[in-house]
Amino acid sequence: MRITCPYCGTRSSHEFAYLGDATPTRPSPDTPDVASTFHAYVYERDNPAGPLDELWYHTAGCRRWLKVARDTRTHEILAVAFARKDETSLPEGME
Amino acid sequence: MSRYSFLSLIANALNGQTGWAPAWRDAAPKPDYDVIIVGGGGHGLATAYYLAKEHGIRNVAVLEKGHIGSGNAGRNTTIIRSNYLLPGNEPFYEWSMKLWEGLEQDLNYNAMVSQRGIINLFHSDAQRDAYARRGNAMRLAGADSELLDREQVRALCPFLDFDNSRFPIKGGLMQARAGTARHDAVVWGYARGADRLGVDIVQNCEVTGFIRDGDAVVGVETTRGAIRAKKVGLAVAGSTSRVVKSLGLRLPIESHALQAFVSEGLKPLVPGVITFGMGHFYVSQSDKGGLVFGGDIDGYNSYAQRGNLPVVEDVAEGGMAVMPLIGRLRMLRAWGGLVDMSMDGSPIIDVGPLPGLYLNSAWNYGGFKATPASGWCFAHTIAKGVAHQLNAAFRLDRFRSGHVIDEKGVGAQPNLH
Ligand SMILES: Cc1cc2nc3c(=O)[nH]c(=O)nc-3n(C[C@H](O)[C@H](O)[C@H](O)COP(=O)(O)OP(=O)(O)OC[C@H]3O[C@@H](n4cnc5c(N)ncnc54)[C@H](O)[C@@H]3O)c2cc1C
Ligand SMILES: [Zn+2]
Repeated sequence: MRITCPYCGTRSSHEFAYLGDATPTRPSPDTPDVASTFHAYVYERDNPAGPLDELWYHTAGCRRWLKVARDTRTHEILAVAFARKDETSLPEGME
Repeated sequence: MSRYSFLSLIANALNGQTGWAPAWRDAAPKPDYDVIIVGGGGHGLATAYYLAKEHGIRNVAVLEKGHIGSGNAGRNTTIIRSNYLLPGNEPFYEWSMKLWEGLEQDLNYNAMVSQRGIINLFHSDAQRDAYARRGNAMRLAGADSELLDREQVRALCPFLDFDNSRFPIKGGLMQARAGTARHDAVVWGYARGADRLGVDIVQNCEVTGFIRDGDAVVGVETTRGAIRAKKVGLAVAGSTSRVVKSLGLRLPIESHALQAFVSEGLKPLVPGVITFGMGHFYVSQSDKGGLVFGGDIDGYNSYAQRGNLPVVEDVAEGGMAVMPLIGRLRMLRAWGGLVDMSMDGSPIIDVGPLPGLYLNSAWNYGGFKATPASGWCFAHTIAKGVAHQLNAAFRLDRFRSGHVIDEKGVGAQPNLH
């Protein structure tokens, strides 16, 4: 499996570390029923057979977090973007 | 269907092997059952067998989308052992070991249970201490264990690399009663046993949804029509999330691919099962002579039923570090299976989470050894509506209550364990 990092280009998945499903978002500690929302956030997963947005860290490359859309049935990579929304351009001096 | 015996062997030898009947009926589904088990792997079939045998519940169907044993039950590396650590799981796996020891007599079927022993190698003082502790925990739960020093391991496995400069072998934790069993025979034996007690084994019957009565589950929708049941038990291994999706359930599970490999055939070499303590590599030798080995899960969600190269490389590196002769062997086959990895690395056998529904899942990479006890405990849980003491810790809400069974102490993520 190869992942095309928007910064480094196409690399073997070997260079990346996997975190998992990118959809759970950390709830605010002020949410009512906070135990349940944190339980869902930490443990519960949709675990779909099909497209999944997931987080990969480019350990042996630019060391950025990427959001990768991948089909879990075929390993086909559908899209790759920087995980941080504001990280769309290259760092200063790196153009 | 007659019992297999020395006499039946002779009789069939004399009549030209024409007297054998099929080992089980290929049943068509009836409109309703007391209990439906979804999934015709080892766990589902064992559950049906013990429901009938231990609890007298015989109006049972096992529904399998393909043919029985076509999932992980027929795809694993066949290792059985009970060298666990924690009070929540060690007694369960030891009960499984005891059931393995009597399985062939019980089922009247040769499952080729072979107690050749397992050695977990250690390579540092800290690891020796950890294994000594594990060995003691095993003994407290009635299992056997022995701490071997380096020379004792060398006497059993002279071909290992004892002087590896990074990972010198300092000894190993041995469980002599561990070993392997013939995985297909386990499936067939349980199928035949359950069938003889009246259980319907229905193949080519995929469960596609559920029949509901309010909150409760009162049956299943299948590719062969709707079938009602008082109780529905799921034992679908890596497909659990997919199957419960239509119920709106989200579980603490991710599906991952796990790979295994087999080499060309050799003369007898590896006496039992050996695991490398410093990386993920384990090896045994099949009855046909091939070395059977494997390692880590691929580490990211997958329903692909095939693995990826980085893990192949990692397993080969582990193998070369501990057993350099493996470098001279040709690898014949590699394959992958779908395993449902739970967030603490331990299984779930529980009542619920909806009325009428029972859950058997999250076997991670190690559910084959659990097959007898999993079926036995799941049957108890379904028949009585409560968990047995042996699976009482395998509840689903442990993630909510904080009673996780985190054997490796690595945390809440499948790719860590
Ligand atoms: C490569 C590999 C090596 C392994 N090695 C070992 C080992 O050495 N020791 C060990 O203890 N464990 C090992 N395991 C794990 C072990 O194989 C599994 O944990 C165990 O087999 C799971 O239980 P099962 O046998 O019931 O699952 P399965 O045999 O997978 O049974 C589940 C069944 O459910 C069926 N199913 C799925 N969805 C549906 C549906 N909608 N309707 C109807 N049927 C459905 C599937 O077709 C399948 O037959 C290994 C696994 C793999 C993949
Ligand atoms: Zn990069």
